[in-house]
Amino acid sequence: MSREVAFWASLAAVLAAGLWFTGSYDNEYYFNFAYAVLQGVVMAIAWNILGGFAGYVNFGSAGFFAVGAYTAIALSKLAALPMVVLIVAAGLVCGLIGLAIGLLTLRLRGVYFAIATLAVAIVFETLIDNWEFVGGAGGTYIIPPATAWFFDSYVEYLFFVMLALAVVATAVSRIMNRSRLGRGLAAIREDEVAAECAGVPTLQLKLIATTAMGVLMGFAGAPYGFYATYVDPVSAFSLLIAVNAIAMPMIGGTEMWLGPIIGALLLGSAQKIATVTISSELNLLIVGAALVAFITFAPRGIVGLVGSLWNRRR
Amino acid sequence: MITAELFANAVVSGVLLGGFYAAVAVGLSIAFGQLDIVNIAHPSFVVAGSFAAFALNDALGLDPILVGVLVAPLFFLAGAVIYRVYFQSFERTGQESLRGLVFFFGIMFIAEVALILSYGVDYRLVEASYIGGNWKIGAVDLPLRMLVPFVVALSMTTAIWLYLSRTFTGRAIQAVAQDRLALQLMGADPIRIKQHAFGLAVATAAIAGSLLIIIGPVEPSIGRIYIGKVFAIVVLGGMGSISGTLIAAFILGIAESMVATFAGPSWSNAVAFGILLVTLAVRPQGLMGRT
Repeated sequence: MSREVAFWASLAAVLAAGLWFTGSYDNEYYFNFAYAVLQGVVMAIAWNILGGFAGYVNFGSAGFFAVGAYTAIALSKLAALPMVVLIVAAGLVCGLIGLAIGLLTLRLRGVYFAIATLAVAIVFETLIDNWEFVGGAGGTYIIPPATAWFFDSYVEYLFFVMLALAVVATAVSRIMNRSRLGRGLAAIREDEVAAECAGVPTLQLKLIATTAMGVLMGFAGAPYGFYATYVDPVSAFSLLIAVNAIAMPMIGGTEMWLGPIIGALLLGSAQKIATVTISSELNLLIVGAALVAFITFAPRGIVGLVGSLWNRRR
Repeated sequence: MITAELFANAVVSGVLLGGFYAAVAVGLSIAFGQLDIVNIAHPSFVVAGSFAAFALNDALGLDPILVGVLVAPLFFLAGAVIYRVYFQSFERTGQESLRGLVFFFGIMFIAEVALILSYGVDYRLVEASYIGGNWKIGAVDLPLRMLVPFVVALSMTTAIWLYLSRTFTGRAIQAVAQDRLALQLMGADPIRIKQHAFGLAVATAAIAGSLLIIIGPVEPSIGRIYIGKVFAIVVLGGMGSISGTLIAAFILGIAESMVATFAGPSWSNAVAFGILLVTLAVRPQGLMGRT
């Protein structure tokens, strides 16, 4: 019980610290930095719900992210809607897409699901390329308001929105991980046929997981247009987003809810720092190398490494 | 406006394109279909082959197809090494489905970034005497930059088919896909056979890459759109069937060419994914599938 209290209290503390941070600092670079890292946190948590808990690899994370971003852009071109409405709408659209892909492919072997997600990402990129209302292949500019609520600048507001989304995602992921649902997903990951035989409603659980993944990735994408101010299909569907969404949980550890958060904080910060201090191409190489190194030599991630060290010392 | 002339041209260019697609997909058909290795990095190896052709064509003026044949043994070795790592880290411990897949995804990303680091994001092209040429049969165009890759691709696919069905090692590769234990009992080492087969699959990428850069200019991330194409072909063809792969490659080539002609080229990339999703939903065993 006390662990529950501690968990919710620390989430509240994170939000409070975020508010304090926006109140005491003005340098926009900090908020840009933190926003990018937190976006990685939400994407990593979302990927991990299906990839880590259930063992189904999604290569199309960037597709969900971009559909979320473009849903928000399209709606905001129609009417000046508040950010919360845009985020909820993006979550709904991406959740439905997640559900549809799940229905279409989850009856098949896991590999086909992975390939289908890649396929879906490119289908959506082609659709957006041809959709002139949101700028088509040429992209579009979004002019964010100067300020919002009581924040000094819009990027501080966006930072706080993304922090709140990260907190929501963390709560969802932890609840799913530690509930009956999470145990069912773990059973699917270890041996799907055995799980099915033991009475686990595998298809239903997988559909819940794909939908939750879609919703969270839609959330993560929704504010992107206002953050970047210029969005085109190439940047929104960037392979880097998909690679990061996989690499972060893999580095942190996929079996526990804490893994993707640790991985995203470490890899996200390292990338941001490497982009500034070395070069943006080299930072891509770091992500790829870290992914392959961890998957080959430390398949259980940092959480797994720490866990085995802990057990050895005791 | 659909004229007979336009239609005939679309069909012919679709057939030429399909032949080339067979060359790109045949390596994956071996790796994914026969060996059960989901090598999503295959298109990246093809692009690496293109850049090898570009580099040697640019520096020494060698014919791109000749370069493809020359570097194929290097690709074979690289494939054998990658399979060794894959086997030691994933296949041996039964983790290939999730982690093996991510491993190849990482390899794909590294290959792409390495090419960007060394050649930049510009489009590159090769020079050869036949690239600008064009034959005409009636009203139908046969551009040589499509016809030459078509002929080379068909020869390579036929050679692979002959190798797999006529030679001892080729039959062993097919056997490893069907019954590993039986192969072991016959005195062949399944790991070495798979290593050899995966090397062969990657070696085809060297030649396919040289064809890719003859057809059009290549930039490092172009491989991504080929992931969908090659998987659509391999799945539609029926995992591991070389003849199925060839038929599926022609279907995709003609379908893409039709869509590009009558709906606009920006839609043609979605065709492969449409075919893939429909195949997975309706007939997951493919056209010439075993089960």
